[in-house]
Amino acid sequence: MGDQGTVWLPEAASTVAGDVDALFYFILWVSTILFIGVIGTMVLFAWRFRRRSSQDRPQPVRENKLIEASWIVVPTLLVAIVFVWGFRVFLELGIAPPNSYEIDVRARKWSWLFEYSSGAQSSELHVPVHRPVKLRMISEDVIHSFFVPAFRVKADVFAGRYSYVWFEATRQDTFVVACAEYCGMAHSQMLTRVVVHSQDDFENWLANNAADADMTPAERGERLYSQQGCFACHSLDGIELTGPSFQGLAGSTRMFTDGTSAEADANYLRQAIVNPAAEIVQGYEALMPGTYSSLSAADLDALVAFIEAQ
Amino acid sequence: MSQAAGTLKHYFVTSEQQFDAAKMGMWLFLVTEILLFSGMFVAYAVYRAWHPEVFAHASELLDWRLGGLNTLVLLASSFTVALSIHFVQKGQNRKVVVLLLITLLCVAIFMVIKYFEYTGKFAHGIFPGAGYAPHGEAYAEYDIPFAPQFFSIYFIMTGIHGVHVLVGMGLFVWLVTRVVRGHFSSAWYTPVELTGLYWHLVDIIWIFLFPLLYLI
Amino acid sequence: MHEGSYLGASRGLKSWLLTTDHKRIGILYAVAIAAFFLLGGILAILVRTELTAPGETVFGQDQYNQLFTLHGVVMVFLVIIPGIPGILGNFVLPIQIGAKDVAFPRLNLASWYIFMAGAVLAVLGWLLVGKVDTGWTFYTPYSSGASNAVLWLTSAVFVAGFASIFTGLNFIVTVHKMRAPGMTWNRLPLFVWAIYATAIVQVLATPVIGITMVLLFLEKLLQIGIFDPALGGDPVLFQHFFWFYSHPAVYIMILPAMGIISDLMGTFSRQQVSGYTFIALSSVAIAFLGFLVWGHHMFVAGQSALSSIIFSMLTFLIGIPTGIKVFNWVATMYKGSVWLQTPMLYALMFLFLFTIGGLTGIMVGVLAVDVHLHDTYFVVAHFHYVMMGGALIGLIGGLHYWWPKITGRLYNETAGRIAAVLVFIGFNLTFFTQFILGSRGMPRRYHDYSALMDVMPEAAMLNLASSLGSYILAAGLVMILVYALHSLFRGKLASANPWGACTLEWTHTGPVPDAHNFHETPLVTRGPYDFHLADDVFGSDEEDS
Ligand code: HEA
Ligand code: HEA
Ligand code: HEC
Ligand code: CUA
Ligand SMILES: [Cu+2]
Repeated sequence: MGDQGTVWLPEAASTVAGDVDALFYFILWVSTILFIGVIGTMVLFAWRFRRRSSQDRPQPVRENKLIEASWIVVPTLLVAIVFVWGFRVFLELGIAPPNSYEIDVRARKWSWLFEYSSGAQSSELHVPVHRPVKLRMISEDVIHSFFVPAFRVKADVFAGRYSYVWFEATRQDTFVVACAEYCGMAHSQMLTRVVVHSQDDFENWLANNAADADMTPAERGERLYSQQGCFACHSLDGIELTGPSFQGLAGSTRMFTDGTSAEADANYLRQAIVNPAAEIVQGYEALMPGTYSSLSAADLDALVAFIEAQ
Repeated sequence: MSQAAGTLKHYFVTSEQQFDAAKMGMWLFLVTEILLFSGMFVAYAVYRAWHPEVFAHASELLDWRLGGLNTLVLLASSFTVALSIHFVQKGQNRKVVVLLLITLLCVAIFMVIKYFEYTGKFAHGIFPGAGYAPHGEAYAEYDIPFAPQFFSIYFIMTGIHGVHVLVGMGLFVWLVTRVVRGHFSSAWYTPVELTGLYWHLVDIIWIFLFPLLYLI
Repeated sequence: MHEGSYLGASRGLKSWLLTTDHKRIGILYAVAIAAFFLLGGILAILVRTELTAPGETVFGQDQYNQLFTLHGVVMVFLVIIPGIPGILGNFVLPIQIGAKDVAFPRLNLASWYIFMAGAVLAVLGWLLVGKVDTGWTFYTPYSSGASNAVLWLTSAVFVAGFASIFTGLNFIVTVHKMRAPGMTWNRLPLFVWAIYATAIVQVLATPVIGITMVLLFLEKLLQIGIFDPALGGDPVLFQHFFWFYSHPAVYIMILPAMGIISDLMGTFSRQQVSGYTFIALSSVAIAFLGFLVWGHHMFVAGQSALSSIIFSMLTFLIGIPTGIKVFNWVATMYKGSVWLQTPMLYALMFLFLFTIGGLTGIMVGVLAVDVHLHDTYFVVAHFHYVMMGGALIGLIGGLHYWWPKITGRLYNETAGRIAAVLVFIGFNLTFFTQFILGSRGMPRRYHDYSALMDVMPEAAMLNLASSLGSYILAAGLVMILVYALHSLFRGKLASANPWGACTLEWTHTGPVPDAHNFHETPLVTRGPYDFHLADDVFGSDEEDS
């Protein structure tokens, strides 16, 4: 990841970022000047009119209507400028150009799924450079928020309704995507990347990711593991996340909170994905979503095969 | 106004001041009550604006005759309360007791009718929230999206209103015992007047609830 | 100690727990709120400790989320909202207007008990039911799906809300009906004006959070489907309800502090507060405008562009009456006699910190900029500058100022100044760094920022600095606690008017007011800051050299 941006702002890599930054710095400087003016005067007065004796009897100062009026008028003008400017950049942020490339986004605890018109899916966002991209976003559970600091865009993602965000990347690079709306336990882990390709690379990437006929079930399972966001809660290397690690899971004996136990054979694994609430593994909470019951039979087979291979 | 001994608190200078303060406090309290209900009215308005047909359809399940009867009963009780204030000002405490008892009777009728309305709904599986499962003749067809919202709002609004009615009942019983024990006179009757104010508010809120929920 | 004073009028725990004396009720609030502040502060220190380094340092994700949730809830609902009205409003306001008590003393005591009941509910829920990790904003559908302890916490907020309503109601009636003869509206001390404006907001806004909490409660209990999209509800509606209260609530927090600052600036400059009428009426203007801007918390929450634009514009308008206050406070020192005692240090600190907090509030109010800054540490820094740097610094300044009146004793001035410097340095180190963290892209409510490190390597250094700052800040605050306790038992006895102030509580009562404040109702003949007319005020045994 390339340059570090300025002291206050991260690298800027979208067409709107420049406008947002200019506005940000304008207000920052105006505020700094106002602040220095107010606090400078305060310090000056506190020193210049400091108390000399407890018998000081200062006389009341006649109020100056002109000054009183000026500090109503000047701030009003300033906020008027800032408002109009902020409003125009906001419209720019809000209205996607008509030729935008559209990608569907699903947010869920605690991962992202990006679906392309070619049928490809990925857990990292892939976009072409210099082309407006419009995301149509929906959540499967609570509110999340799609945030790319380098693009200066952010929009909340809700269940049951679409929300949109658009941007045009200006550099081929990778950038962080964060979830900005608090969404529960692993909110701070709900990060992914946006990979900006050249136009040709992007087409290639799409082509490579569309075909899956020649994959083994375990390979398809691996892809589903990343696309479906299992990685958010299940590691492959034994590290404990929200859920148990898949390492060595298959074949082991599982203890449940209700005191029963079972061997983790293929049927158990399938059941655990389709109906996670049925049995809760000791030491964990019933946090696994029930939404995976809608996976196709083939997908489930692939996932089970993948888990068995770990 | 002469002052019955012992009712002027030491931190007030005059009894007018004390009475004005009590009355102003009550008015402010009523303002907060209105705001409390307005939150629910907003929820109602929003959902009605989003799903007008469902709301219009669902409200047909509420019996406007029972609601209308309850409106009359409440109006009558407001009237008797107003009269009782009039008579306590004149010091005719016997009449006050009678009027308050009539009021209590009206309130009781209101609650009984509400009881039958609620149980009638429950019998057909119309519950607030997740328990909503309408069944039986004329009810089953209400198993449609957003009808549960209508009934949730109906139960919450009338329920919270009902709680206010119950509080009112308690206040009237308390007033009756105080009148009987001769606590009030034409010089000091603040509690009667304030309870009256409260009761008018409860009444007014119903006047809004009735058409919004039962009629339109 | 002082015979006949309200402190000595009767003895024993019962005489305190059943008191209807507004001064003693103020002290009940002070004790409770200091304890809650300590609790909220410890939670904050734990939050900062977790963030000293990237990765998991002390707490797991789950614990961390509970920590900041409880920190936010305790600080907002149990410290800052009841804080100034409960403690100083109760103690000072009736005396300042020449009254013997508030209009409804028993309601006043009841408010305290209701407030404590709310606190007990919150604690019980935590102890008996378990975790709440929704954030203080309780956004649905996360909160309606979360653990049942949310039910307890929402009831706690509901109950504590009533305490706030009753306090506000009491003060409005008191100011209208209990003023002493001659205490006209334009002779009211600005503290009274501020509490009055606050009380209006309390009465008008708090019922809405009440009903919101009821609806959330029922949503969770019965799944009524008003807020949860899975049941056909609308989660953004909840946000509208929540902020319709919680934005005005920020003025419940700051307006009383502004009142304290007005009194402090006047007294310690020994000068008439510049623009008295403007300051008084701008409180009312802020209270009014504050009801119209709640949507600025939802610029990226999918509300219509038109509403965002209107909310943004109204948000800026609030800067204007606030600016009027700030400029007038500075102007008050002009040709005055500025006495830099500890309370005045806090007043100047308030000006410094609140101006930063307010100006950054304007920054996040700018539509396009807020898209980037929303839900980052920039917002966290903004609201700590206004809440801790504004409201609570104001409260601490006010406590120092009225300390001799409340306890009859002086605190150690040197210790006071050292603590003030520690607080100032610690505070800025803690929260200024967070502005940079936020605008560079660190989201809030993040247990772990290691994944951000390759784009913002400075995050580790800035977070560490922020955490160190919070320890310095804590040291300063603990120091205040220590010398305050010391002064209670060992402090020098204070005179009736150690600061040479001009408002009634200093001039018409003894060192410590007696149970009924005044032997006879005072007759007010001059304004609250007419130092040049008040020869009787000066020449007393002041503490300086
Ligand atoms: C005491 C509490 C307090 C106070 C007083 C304020 C005051 C203000 N706040 Fe703040 N705010 C909060 C507490 C407070 N806020 C909290 C708790 C949150 C976050 C909640 C959460 O999400 O958890 C928040 C969040 C918040 C947001 C949402 C940010 C986001 O989530 O994206 C916004 C946006 O507009 C905002 C704006 C303002 C403005 C414009 C003011 C104004 O009132 C400030 C006015 C003051 C000045 C402007 C300075 C003095 C004036 C001058 C020196 C004159 C010159 C001025 C001009 C020319 C403009 N605040
Ligand atoms: C009044 C409001 C208030 C106050 C005073 C504070 C004070 C502090 N806050 Fe907090 N804070 C909030 C309100 C407040 N906060 C809110 C609403 C949130 C959002 C929560 C959410 O996201 O849901 C938040 C969130 C928040 C976060 C972000 C967490 C996250 O998003 O992940 C952080 C992180 O640094 C933080 C830190 C601090 C620190 C270091 C202090 C320090 O200033 C604390 C210093 C205090 C002490 C150390 C106690 C010492 C006290 C005594 C010794 C008692 C003495 C008594 C007297 C002097 C009378 N706070
Ligand atoms: C939001 C977090 C989360 C996500 C996402 C998630 N899980 Fe889980 N999972 C859990 C938790 C927590 C448990 C342990 C509790 C339980 O038994 O339900 C669990 C348990 C399991 C188990 C049983 C493990 C054992 O130790 O016996 C399997 C198998 C499983 N998950 C597979 C998956 C697959 C496959 C996916 C993706 C398609 C997935 N999970 C996504 C949280 C999650
Ligand atoms: Cu998803 Cu935070
Ligand atoms: Cu706000």
